[in-house]
Amino acid sequence: MNNNLKKINIYAIYLGAIILILPLIAFFINAFSFRWFYPQVIPKELSLQAWVRLKLIPKPGQRSFEGFIELWASNPTVIKALLNSLSIGFLVTIVSIIIALPAARVLGLLNFRFKKLIIFIMVSPTILPPIAFVLGLNINFISWGFSGNYFGVCLVHLVPIMPYVVLTMTGIFANYNPDFEHQARTLGANKTRTFLLITLPAIAPGMVVAALFAFLVSWSQYLLTFLIGAGKVMTLPLLVFSTASSGNPALTAAISIIFIFPAILILFFTSKFVSGESGATSGFGKI
Amino acid sequence: MGGERLKIILSLTPPLLIIFTLFFGGIFYGFLQSLGYQPAIGKYEINFSAYYNVMFSERYAKLFWTGLGLNLWVSFASTFLAAVFALFGALAIRKTFFAKTICNFIYSLNLPMPHLVVAVGIIFVFSQSGLLARLASQIGLIGSPGDFPVLVKDKYGLGIILAYIWKEAAFFFIILMSVLQSLGENFEELAQSLGANRWQRFRYVILPLVMPNLFSASIIVFAFSFGAYEVPALLGVIYPQMLPVMAFEFFLNPDLNARSEGMALSIIIAIIVMILVVFYFWLTQAKIRKD
Repeated sequence: MNNNLKKINIYAIYLGAIILILPLIAFFINAFSFRWFYPQVIPKELSLQAWVRLKLIPKPGQRSFEGFIELWASNPTVIKALLNSLSIGFLVTIVSIIIALPAARVLGLLNFRFKKLIIFIMVSPTILPPIAFVLGLNINFISWGFSGNYFGVCLVHLVPIMPYVVLTMTGIFANYNPDFEHQARTLGANKTRTFLLITLPAIAPGMVVAALFAFLVSWSQYLLTFLIGAGKVMTLPLLVFSTASSGNPALTAAISIIFIFPAILILFFTSKFVSGESGATSGFGKI
Repeated sequence: MGGERLKIILSLTPPLLIIFTLFFGGIFYGFLQSLGYQPAIGKYEINFSAYYNVMFSERYAKLFWTGLGLNLWVSFASTFLAAVFALFGALAIRKTFFAKTICNFIYSLNLPMPHLVVAVGIIFVFSQSGLLARLASQIGLIGSPGDFPVLVKDKYGLGIILAYIWKEAAFFFIILMSVLQSLGENFEELAQSLGANRWQRFRYVILPLVMPNLFSASIIVFAFSFGAYEVPALLGVIYPQMLPVMAFEFFLNPDLNARSEGMALSIIIAIIVMILVVFYFWLTQAKIRKD
């Protein structure tokens, strides 16, 4: 009896895993078969046509090294969106870490009046929906001249990222002992050296995780980029959305695969840090 | 002492400046516009007519109340079901078995996946010519795609709920796994030695222990699904329409008067979620105090 129950248990887990992975399977079938008609489950022929049409892979016959370079140098839309997404993500992540570092240190190590209120203010953008602030902000940005450009998009991405990086790093500093810094200083190290040799190594692992997730939050931002970028700043999520709305499954699947690749990579490298205990996990709910 | 105070103020100013000018500034300006204050089109009076129009005018009332109903239904159903699936998954997966690491990875796979991609995946799997329909026709359950039930772009929001379950179950799963790991199996073994059966161990031992974390995660998921745009925009229908999509469409309307209504809607969404935030914050603070 108990043994049977155990078996059912395990089969249920396998079934759950298969169901969970179905969309991913569908992505790959769609991306590598251009004519996948109902009711075929397995496509009759594999095809790279979606990738050719997106100008990511050259036409047959031109698939040499030079062919690829020439094609990518012609700056196809997907490459442009990919570069935008990457550069916005990197820039916003670095800026948010630099801004968050001193604040997180103060919040993690010191006790002062209004600390709870300040944390509450910092948390609010992680819970309130983006649509609540971005509609009003959009009109402000138009009058400030930030709308429809790269700088404005970076600035607005800071809103969902900032609170979350501050909170994660506050958690790191709450478990950090600043006495080592005093020791280094009394032994004659200057402020920069102390930071580089004492502080940074201690907080680095947590900081890397915060940075990876900050990048991911920026990477998957659709609404904010669409409204503030006003259609002039094309990123991958915008491309996925518009292709999905226009309804070509092969093209949508191909772009989506490029779009989810970093996400899976980041999960792979951080899976040991990801637990319900770390503040980082709650950020996942927002992606 | 004074030096420390200066340090605190200087350190906290940059992030607070961003949050105040961009986030609260955006909400405040949106609120002003929802009150009809639109200098751009020469309107300076302040009134609540946009709120009235959205909620009670003949033109929009039906759209708004069905939308609110759909919002509540989708958020409640997806939060509850995702939590239940994750709970059973997490409880079952604790035991060792073949390919456990792979299963664990697959169960957390949707965690970093953007909602947008999950929505596209749901279309690929559950639409009438999707992967499931093909499998069903292969084993002779259905003939043409039309025989497959409408699960995507349906008026009950089933596709939207499916997408949120897919995505948020992974979030619940990670949180539950870490709680269960930190608890160990001691409590359950104790209960078992006292004669508790499977159901009793689940109901009176495990559930009360995971409930606080499960509940605060539910608030996050509920608040998110209540105000998110991408998933209902891709998987929803024109009527009934979820409120964030409705707000966005009002906003993009070429008629600038509709803009106030869009702002009013986004403020209404924010107020509903704000009530949840306060509740959530109160809950976490109570938990910290208890610890």
